[in-house]
Amino acid sequence: MHGRLKVKTSEEQAEAKRLEREQKLKLYQSATQTVFQKRQAGELDESVLELTSQILGANPDFATLWNCRREVLQQLEAQKSPEELAALVKTELGFLESCLRVNPKSYGTWHHRCWLLGRLPEPNWARELELCARFLEVDERNFHCWDYRRFVAAQAPVPPAEELAFTDSLITRNFSNYSSWHYRSCLLPQLHPQPDSGPQGRLPEDVLLKELELVQNAFFTDPNDQSAWFYHRWLLGRADPQDALRCLHVSRDEACLTVSFSRPVLVGSGTETLLLIVDKSPLAVEWRTPDGRTRPSHVWLCDLPAASLNDQLPQHTFRVIWTAGDAQKECVLLKGRQEGWCRDSATDEQLFRCELSVEKSTVLQSELESCKELQELEPENKWCLLTIILLMRALDPLLYEKETLQYFQTLKAVDPMRAAYLDDLRSKFLLENSVLKMEYAEVRVLHLGHKDLTVLCHLEQLLLVTHLDLSHNRLRALPPALAALRCLEVLQANDNAIESLDGVTSLPRLQELSLCNNRLRQSTLLQPLASCPRLALLHLQGNPLCQAVGTSEHLAELLPSVNSILT
Amino acid sequence: MADSLPTEFDVVIIGTGLPESILAAACSRSGQRVLHLDSRSYYGGNWASFSFSGLLSWLKEYQQNSDIVEESTASWQGLIHETEEAITLRKKDESIQHTEVFCYASQDMDDNIEETDALQKNTSSVTSSTTTKPLDSACLSEETHSLYATDHELPAKGTPKSDGEISLEVTDVEDTLAKEKYCGDKTCIHTVSDGDKDENKPIEEDNTDQPKRNKITYSQIVKESRRFNIDLVSKLLYSQGLLIDLLIKSNVSRYAEFKNVTRILAFREGKVEQVPCSRADVFNSKELTMVEKRILMKFLTFCLDYEQHPDQYQAFVQCSFSEYLQTKKLTPNLQHFVLHSIAMTESSCSTIDGLKATKNFLRCLGRFGNTPFLFPLYGQGEIPQCFCRMCAVFGGIYCLRHKVQCLVVDKESGRCKAIIDHLGQRINAKYFIVEDSYLSEETCSNIQYKQISRAVLITDQSILKADSDQQISILVVPPVESGTCAVRVTELCSSTMTCMKDTYLVHLTCSSSKTAREDLELVVKKLFTPFTETEIDKEELTKPRLLWALYFNMRDSSGISRSSYNGLPSNVYVCSGPDCGLGNEHAVKQAETLFQEIFPNEEFCPPPPNPEDIIFDGDDKQPEAPGTNNIIMAKLDSSDEVKT
Repeated sequence: MHGRLKVKTSEEQAEAKRLEREQKLKLYQSATQTVFQKRQAGELDESVLELTSQILGANPDFATLWNCRREVLQQLEAQKSPEELAALVKTELGFLESCLRVNPKSYGTWHHRCWLLGRLPEPNWARELELCARFLEVDERNFHCWDYRRFVAAQAPVPPAEELAFTDSLITRNFSNYSSWHYRSCLLPQLHPQPDSGPQGRLPEDVLLKELELVQNAFFTDPNDQSAWFYHRWLLGRADPQDALRCLHVSRDEACLTVSFSRPVLVGSGTETLLLIVDKSPLAVEWRTPDGRTRPSHVWLCDLPAASLNDQLPQHTFRVIWTAGDAQKECVLLKGRQEGWCRDSATDEQLFRCELSVEKSTVLQSELESCKELQELEPENKWCLLTIILLMRALDPLLYEKETLQYFQTLKAVDPMRAAYLDDLRSKFLLENSVLKMEYAEVRVLHLGHKDLTVLCHLEQLLLVTHLDLSHNRLRALPPALAALRCLEVLQANDNAIESLDGVTSLPRLQELSLCNNRLRQSTLLQPLASCPRLALLHLQGNPLCQAVGTSEHLAELLPSVNSILT
Repeated sequence: MADSLPTEFDVVIIGTGLPESILAAACSRSGQRVLHLDSRSYYGGNWASFSFSGLLSWLKEYQQNSDIVEESTASWQGLIHETEEAITLRKKDESIQHTEVFCYASQDMDDNIEETDALQKNTSSVTSSTTTKPLDSACLSEETHSLYATDHELPAKGTPKSDGEISLEVTDVEDTLAKEKYCGDKTCIHTVSDGDKDENKPIEEDNTDQPKRNKITYSQIVKESRRFNIDLVSKLLYSQGLLIDLLIKSNVSRYAEFKNVTRILAFREGKVEQVPCSRADVFNSKELTMVEKRILMKFLTFCLDYEQHPDQYQAFVQCSFSEYLQTKKLTPNLQHFVLHSIAMTESSCSTIDGLKATKNFLRCLGRFGNTPFLFPLYGQGEIPQCFCRMCAVFGGIYCLRHKVQCLVVDKESGRCKAIIDHLGQRINAKYFIVEDSYLSEETCSNIQYKQISRAVLITDQSILKADSDQQISILVVPPVESGTCAVRVTELCSSTMTCMKDTYLVHLTCSSSKTAREDLELVVKKLFTPFTETEIDKEELTKPRLLWALYFNMRDSSGISRSSYNGLPSNVYVCSGPDCGLGNEHAVKQAETLFQEIFPNEEFCPPPPNPEDIIFDGDDKQPEAPGTNNIIMAKLDSSDEVKT
């Protein structure tokens, strides 16, 4: 029939396709085999390059073959003239590019290119930058290419300002680009190095304000895009606080010195070195953690020999030097006193504002205002809610306490998937606030009852607390870190959901412990209490273990020194 | 040549506009023998694009058209048998009216440009779509191989020689057009003449105080005539629209190249501004406040799946869209953007229609770029030709400048059985597809046609200057007073291959209430200022200057029901000319509907088979492209030389 095409039927097509695939597979397998044989035989010549390029051209993710190629190229480098080598490199670069076009996210290919460029005597970085620009044009979020670009920019070297302009152009096209935001966070501190010794990564205020505007544009345009919020957090955040010794406490009764650090450390031979100088002469001591486990901890303590504590002298001076952290602290034990301490106050140091920054509060205040504006438009945006909470904490944790708690409630409602995380975060903030209030009141009593706490943290801050009330919360454990509370005398933890007591161990001054209405099932769980020498009163009413037969006897056996156990 | 035409076909199609061309491709693709005729010397009918001089010749033709005296019908009357009757077709095209031309550019003819009449030249060759492929153009076809080895030679064969009877040779019409016309208090000169009157006027070039602007003279425009591809109908392709889908599905897209429209503009408070419509636009906008950004994004996001949130609009279904927008906290500028630039609706349109239009706009965003529209390089006129080419590849036969005298109807069956062409040849077929403008007054006597008002402007600057001067923009100017229509403005830059360097081609379109000039002049005055030799005050300078302008009205035969035509046999199908809308949905829908009506069991423009799946005859080692022997194809040459 005129003009009508005869076309293969679908079965014929399928059959033709199947045969073609079979053929391809055969070729692929035989080539792979030949390469491996040659490699084993040490025949690393150009034929291997040819064979591997056939396979890698189709499947650039065959890492072993890239290794083969590197071996061959290394071998050839020794044998070939510079002209021949230049030609070889040129083909290799061309081949790599063709592989990248097959798979622009091939780890092996990008790595091979890095390797090759690194070996060239005169690499053409401009060409490489151009290549990156082309691949990012196709996919602006290809982090493999971003990675390679950072490598090239560092080698070339490209001025950070140019690279920053490049990130600008890609963010303009599509701001959902973690790589691009991240690159900015690396480039900006390079472009604006801060002379003062402040924490690394801070920006001058004018730069910071410009960045904040940019990122606000992003989250006002699409508040559900996480990349912008993360960059926002980086802008307002600050680096880790400097290493410091937060607190030093010495007790005559227990003949013990306790140190609290700004971060968990592992003290011991071969790790952190801690020097103790008592009355100007060094003293060799054994350091241990309060719970007895050798692992990084905020708190370390040591036993003191009687000689350094005798009551003859008007005072004893204890100086602890943390060599790695380049920090030290001194405390004095006066004659006739049971204990002495020296502590950085959480209120002075604004210790708990470290989530978000030390920037000027005007900047934070205006950020808070725009976030609140956004929240009014997007009442259910979790990123916005969370940022508001963080900003409020950075500004004034106590002033905004009530408001913060309301935002937590909204946040939990809109993001039920993260309810547990939010509960923990809230607990942390409440605990921080309580610590602040306690310190302002200059007392050693901490009330944390009726706060819906789900987790205990910052316990290393509570080194000096004597009375702690944890009742009516949702705690499920008294964690090992609780053992840091060396001065604790009375602990109330009624009406929780406590199942384990790992932290109530070796508390030298603990006398009274209330654990009514919890979920303690077996008397063996109380084993840690045996290590508390002064424990005299224990309330256990309303726990499952009270129902069991023989509990009282068992407990009396387990805790012989406790005078009164109420079940 | 013409007597070599076969006399038996399945389908005869008269008119090469977009719906007819799509139908031709569809019929030929499904194995029908197709004869595709056009009485004009160019493809596309009212969908065509012209070089500058081609457009001038087209204008002349319409001028001449009105002078044609009805010929006697006797020449073919004798060919009708007794059992038959004839339905006469229209002799002259009346779909274009009220053409008015104004030239503002300096008419110094110092370099003595010879005006060439492009309509007369037939160095036709359709260049392959693979020859030029600018990097930034949105190319729909991913495959680059040609279906047939002989593809490239295909269209050049057998160009019909011009024969006296239907010759469009325009000889002595200059005088009729070369008269002066008064427009307000300015003297506008019709430009078709080789006016040598301004020959001695010195060119002012030492205007150092003024910002330097390239001065384009009329002679330059004429000299660069071939750089222009001026569309008669100004349309864009929705990037998720029916036409794009069809182009991709049928693989016709390989014959064309596209560019994404770069800007959506708005005209508000006397100023042109850019409308942020994509996510990236909103993010980058310097004009919007943060809160506006959020409100706009929120509203647009809602529109994308508005059907899922009936609670948000249910109460407003009785209201107009503009009233509804007022309830959505959108600031006045945002309301304007959504109503006129995104939904592009009249203020009176209903909430649901507005939401639908907005959703459609948003759905199209991001497929090929940051705006929802594509523009075909070398002009809209390329598109019908692409479909014709597909038809020809599958064996369709083409004949331009081929008039059809009448349709022959069998009295007994009431069905049309043949046509009689201008040579008196009888060509038989089963189905006949006729474009509306070919139908006689008698056939259309019951029909009230709508009209489209069009203006074509050549200007020296963009209506909104930006970093890049290569912008393709679309702007809707809302009606000044109620009762008038919104005017759609499309501004094309030279990289769209529709105008010469340093100029812009601006199309204005609205549905007519008066003549095109009366409908559109006000908007033209708002946006542009006429070119004058002496520079006026600086404020005026900020507006782009008009170098040349054309106004005309085009008949809008869309939306006319088949039953309104008198006495058409059931196997005669009517295609309409261009409609006023922005997209090509109407034409595609019409073509598909008619095709399904004619061939209910055939697939509409299926993808062509892979070349390797085609079975060739065993003896014939050389693959033979079907139909190449018989193809008679001509093409308006205007743009070809530019392309190669």
